[in-house]
Amino acid sequence: MTSELDIFVGNTTLIDEDVYRLWLDGYSVTDAVALRVRSGILEQTGATAAVLQSDTMDHYRTFHMLERLLHAPPKLLHQLIFQIPPSRQALLIERYYAFDEAFVREVLGKKLSKGTKKDLDDISTKTGITLKSCRRQFDNFKRVFKVVEEMRGSLVDNIQQHFLLSDRLARDYAAIVFFANNRFETGKKKLQYLSFGDFAFCAELMIQNWTLGAVDSQMDDMDMDLDKEFLQDLKELKVLVADKDLLDLHKSLVCTALRGKLGVFSEMEANFKNLSRGLVNVAAKLTHNKDVRDLFVDLVEKFVEPCRSDHWPLSDVRFFLNQYSASVHSLDGFRLECGGTIWAHCNLHLPGSSNSPASAFQVAGTTSVHHHAQQFFLYFQ
Amino acid sequence: MPGKLKVKIVAGRHLPVMDRASDLTDAFVEVKFGNTTFKTDVYLKSLNPQWNSEWFKFEVDDEDLQDEPLQITVLDHDTYSANDAIGKVYIDIDPLLYSEAATVISGWFPIYDTIHGIRGEINVVVKVDLFNDLNRFRQSSCGVKFFCTTSIPKCYRAVIIHGFVEELVVNEDPEYQWIDRIRTPRASNEARQRLISLMSGELQRKIGLKVLEMRGNAVVGYLQCFDLEGESGLVVRAIGTACTLDKLSSPAAFLPACNSPSKEMKESPLVHPPSHGCRSTHNSPIHTATGSRLTQNFSVSVPTLIYTGMGSGSAGKEGGPFKALLRQQTQSALEQREFPFFTLTAFPPGFLVHVGGVVSARSVKLLDRIHNPDEPETRDAWWAEIRQEIKSHAKALGCHAVVGYSESTSICEEVCILSASGTAAVLNPRFLQDGTVEGCLEQRLEENLSTRCGFCHIPYDELNMPFPAHLTYCYNCRKQKVPDVLFTTIDLPTDATVIGKGCLIQARLCRLKKKAQAEANATAISNLLPFMEYEVHTQLMNKLKLKGMNALFGLRIQITVGENMLMGLASATGVYLAALPTPGGIQIAGKTPNDGSYEQHISHMQKKINDTIAKNKELYEINPPEISEEIIGSPIPEPRQRSRLLRSQSESSDEVTELDLSHGKKDAFVLEIDDTDAMEDVHSLLTDVPPPSGFYSCNTEIMPGINNWTSEIQMFTSVRVIRLSSLNLTNQALNKNFNDLCENLLKSLYFKLRSMIPCCLCHVNFTVSLPEDELIQVTVTAVAITFDKNQALQTTKTPVEKSLQRASTDNEELLQFPLELCSDSLHSHPFPPVKEHLESASSNSGIPAAQRDRCSSWIELIKLKAQTIRRGSIKTTVTVEKASPVGDGNFRNRSAPPCANSTVGVVKMTPLSFIPGAKITKYLGIINMFFIRETTSLREEGGVSGFLHAFIAEVFAMVRAHVAALGGNAVVSYIMKQCVFMENPNKNQAQCLINVSGDAVVFVRESDLEVVSSQQPTTNCQSSCTEGEVTT
Repeated sequence: MTSELDIFVGNTTLIDEDVYRLWLDGYSVTDAVALRVRSGILEQTGATAAVLQSDTMDHYRTFHMLERLLHAPPKLLHQLIFQIPPSRQALLIERYYAFDEAFVREVLGKKLSKGTKKDLDDISTKTGITLKSCRRQFDNFKRVFKVVEEMRGSLVDNIQQHFLLSDRLARDYAAIVFFANNRFETGKKKLQYLSFGDFAFCAELMIQNWTLGAVDSQMDDMDMDLDKEFLQDLKELKVLVADKDLLDLHKSLVCTALRGKLGVFSEMEANFKNLSRGLVNVAAKLTHNKDVRDLFVDLVEKFVEPCRSDHWPLSDVRFFLNQYSASVHSLDGFRLECGGTIWAHCNLHLPGSSNSPASAFQVAGTTSVHHHAQQFFLYFQ
Repeated sequence: MPGKLKVKIVAGRHLPVMDRASDLTDAFVEVKFGNTTFKTDVYLKSLNPQWNSEWFKFEVDDEDLQDEPLQITVLDHDTYSANDAIGKVYIDIDPLLYSEAATVISGWFPIYDTIHGIRGEINVVVKVDLFNDLNRFRQSSCGVKFFCTTSIPKCYRAVIIHGFVEELVVNEDPEYQWIDRIRTPRASNEARQRLISLMSGELQRKIGLKVLEMRGNAVVGYLQCFDLEGESGLVVRAIGTACTLDKLSSPAAFLPACNSPSKEMKESPLVHPPSHGCRSTHNSPIHTATGSRLTQNFSVSVPTLIYTGMGSGSAGKEGGPFKALLRQQTQSALEQREFPFFTLTAFPPGFLVHVGGVVSARSVKLLDRIHNPDEPETRDAWWAEIRQEIKSHAKALGCHAVVGYSESTSICEEVCILSASGTAAVLNPRFLQDGTVEGCLEQRLEENLSTRCGFCHIPYDELNMPFPAHLTYCYNCRKQKVPDVLFTTIDLPTDATVIGKGCLIQARLCRLKKKAQAEANATAISNLLPFMEYEVHTQLMNKLKLKGMNALFGLRIQITVGENMLMGLASATGVYLAALPTPGGIQIAGKTPNDGSYEQHISHMQKKINDTIAKNKELYEINPPEISEEIIGSPIPEPRQRSRLLRSQSESSDEVTELDLSHGKKDAFVLEIDDTDAMEDVHSLLTDVPPPSGFYSCNTEIMPGINNWTSEIQMFTSVRVIRLSSLNLTNQALNKNFNDLCENLLKSLYFKLRSMIPCCLCHVNFTVSLPEDELIQVTVTAVAITFDKNQALQTTKTPVEKSLQRASTDNEELLQFPLELCSDSLHSHPFPPVKEHLESASSNSGIPAAQRDRCSSWIELIKLKAQTIRRGSIKTTVTVEKASPVGDGNFRNRSAPPCANSTVGVVKMTPLSFIPGAKITKYLGIINMFFIRETTSLREEGGVSGFLHAFIAEVFAMVRAHVAALGGNAVVSYIMKQCVFMENPNKNQAQCLINVSGDAVVFVRESDLEVVSSQQPTTNCQSSCTEGEVTT
């Protein structure tokens, strides 16, 4: 006696969350059954392995049919074939677009092309995530990228509107899309200590402050590309390190303000010129695409590593950077607009210099004030 | 007279990409009705076209309106080559043809293609302007309402139940026409779909005509089936029960305005001053004002009786002569009819007087011997023959009617088994005829009915029993005789006293048969049939005993014929009826004594069986009150098989052989183990695993013993096909395989639905078919309903408690009453309910019975009613919390907050006639759909499972879309009548045909209703009171 056909169709489509997770994780039916058996479900329900097998197959078939709709989530809401309660629909979408931290860290900043897709086997073996799951996540990134690539308006809003994701997940996707578009290098060994959360935080700030959308929301462009004009302007920062007087003045201003407040004051005083030079050089180079890609690598090399070697505590880094950008404003003959730029840098460094994403959020609290200031400066440029 | 059909094509969405180059589609729509076709403009390059067409108008005869479906085809425009079809939508416009149902069909319909499935959706608006019919429209029957529901629909009241209507139409199957060799599979499928759609329209129209002839206005329990006879044709046949229904004004309770008819009917009530406790009023015509189309030549007035008195007759002693009198009455009412059959399974209170037992008839026919295959005469004659047989069986049981009647066929190549079955019964003539019934008879009848065990009492003469049987006095009233086991095909009457809970009982059986041709084959089958029936019956009996129960309801025996085997599957719901005697145990006896080990084995088995019985009794909470023998008045008889199935098989030669299944004088409950076969039987008895805790199952509408449903329901269809290993197939191996298949299927269902615990699978409907030599296909459709566990614990109630509960139920009904008082000034009211209202209200509100007797004028009665209503309604608010009655659609509502889906409205589907926790406010019309799906890329679509899974999901989607377009939010009495699946894996092909039907309805959640109704009574009471005063 062999089973030829075995199906169950409910008027309301049954969704088993556990099986859905197994399916998303890319397990085959056999593996999924084995895992479910191990979870002790048979003892709880008194079912047999055959029943479990049939149930799993059935769910997999349903998910397989739903997958087509999940590729365009609004379709899931309007389709008539599966009657699914709204809460379940939301769950299906959210889970389908959820990704593994380990995986996203591997592909972050890479071009979402066929070439990268071919490397998924390696990523799969490296991260221990099944190839199927890797493919799904990669395809999700690519699909979102393709849809929002040419769109106007806020990146996060666009993603939310077209993929019906939760706010948090949409923000993460915005970061992924932003990184993929600008091809920031994140895979270097030096950058391995940074988590996806850190990068996502940076991406959010950069989208807010560095992109065309940030400059003028009326503009026809979008949040994806960096504002070229702005990058060009950064070149003028060079004066901060090229002009010796200005450099000294800047240093003294920072030092007076921070005296007694920093635990690593002497190190700071000694290193100020190096640090300042490093920062300004990174900023000035951003007109070249290649240097934009290496932004994070450069920042870590030129700023984070010196600080780390001197054992700067996190709070001191923050103090220093705030003061560093604030002091620029009071320098004579220095164009105000640059202060904002530097400031933006500062925030970028902070998560980088710490290992705790929590610090990133602490800074986020102070950003809004500065943000307005910066926009103000740009306006008067 | 013609009507005007208007169609507007609004928009499309999610269309498939038809042009690879642009990834877009240039879609346009063809709208076809009859021979007229309209086209929309081509909407270029879009997957979401907005046609916004003008109104396409078709001027057609109403005959065509009934027969033809509206056919909408979506195509992709192609400049150079032929336009490609995207898909089609067939819309049955029948629901627009009667006044009370839907007025417009408007909504998104899935675009369906028989090869690709659903491909996008189209928004359509359809309207019908029917010109007032002045002639007697002999060819069309617009206005006759159809219901699949096998009980009187919830917002209607039966004025008269006329009886059986049937019709059968035959046509050549397009699949077997010569042209099929040259046309594409798509064209062939579409021809078939269209033909069946046309034929069902025609069938419905013809049945409608018959109903009008009988002066009815509706068909209830409408069951339409099609037989794919292959070469000899395609048969669509239908049976139903013609009724005159009257719409209850109560569902309008939340539309506070009084109905318009009230004015016109002011003078209509002819009220006679009530004599002692007995009053006759005139009943008003059915839907006067609104039903302009139908009722012009047609109005029925039915004098009925109302009882307020407390007559003290003695039913028991006069039982004999009374019974005869009653029989005469019923007989005269029924003898006018050719077949006194009713497809209903649940009845208005008082309709069913006695139940005799199950009657069934089968007949084996050869399809290639039909002389004139394109004409229906031969098939008509076949069915007439079977019905005649059923009728005579019923007569033998002392019954004049058959209720819960159904017909089915099983076809394999040229052999066809026709089956019919039902429950022989004695009915109350009151509902059957137009004339007045004599008061005294009526009164006696009422007394007889007042006992809740009446239907169990034997209808036949004790001295002249149709078969050897042993009777006892009824355990409830102790006056009448009852059998010790009762088998029926109907639902459990709502007022029956049941102890404990019910459970699904199945008998499964396979018999191998030699492959043979034509007559030899037919003979072989008819020789096997009696044995199969016998064994199925024995199995049912044994399993019933094993469960410790004494009655089966909803019995359905299906016999399926295949190339080399016959399958029998019987499903029923077992219950313990308080009125019937306690069932005896099962005893095992060995044939070979003097063998120590053997006896030991037997005693071991015996112990196991006894344990199972005890366990089952506990599981189903069967603990009948102990009754001492003296009270019963007669010695408790030895348990002996009593119930009997009357049936016979007749071959084409019309040879009738009667088979007595009552096992002669032998005790039925002694199982003799004399060979391995018997061992198998005992083993199979014990292999049936009870459902996991928290689960119950039954195949009737409601689960006996559970009455606190919550509102969560999940309807599902599950299909399984197994391939038997062809090697050394034996009957035993076959039986085991089949048994395992069914058991595993059930287990799978329990596992899948575990999140709904505690829940009950209701209306579990198994269908077996044998698509090929070694394939067995089982299709199950059922609904899982959750219930409240806390209350379930107190379900074992004494009859007293039950009656109290019922009283409060009736009280709830009272809520509707005030409105009737003010709206139609108390003239046309369903009388049995009124009586109950009064009784229950007075029993609750404490008005002494004498007071009711004294009330000698009609006005006083009104006052009294107003009073009781006021009290009753106050009381109701309390009792609602306490009791949750079953069967009146009043259920406790524990619904989760309603799902607010902005885009797609939720449509519930259920095989039951009600929706727990909700009230059906409107019936929108019958849904009867037939789909074919075919694929030539089976593997790519996920194999047979993937193919069928997608198809069934699509069928559900299309049913839901049609219901939503009619303005409904649920389908009740949903049934998947056919699911024919054929595959050819070698060619990577598969084909499936599905036929579904149900009633589209609008329901309102009881929680929403309560808000309105709790405000309602006060205002209504006031108005009715003032009215009362004015009259004085």
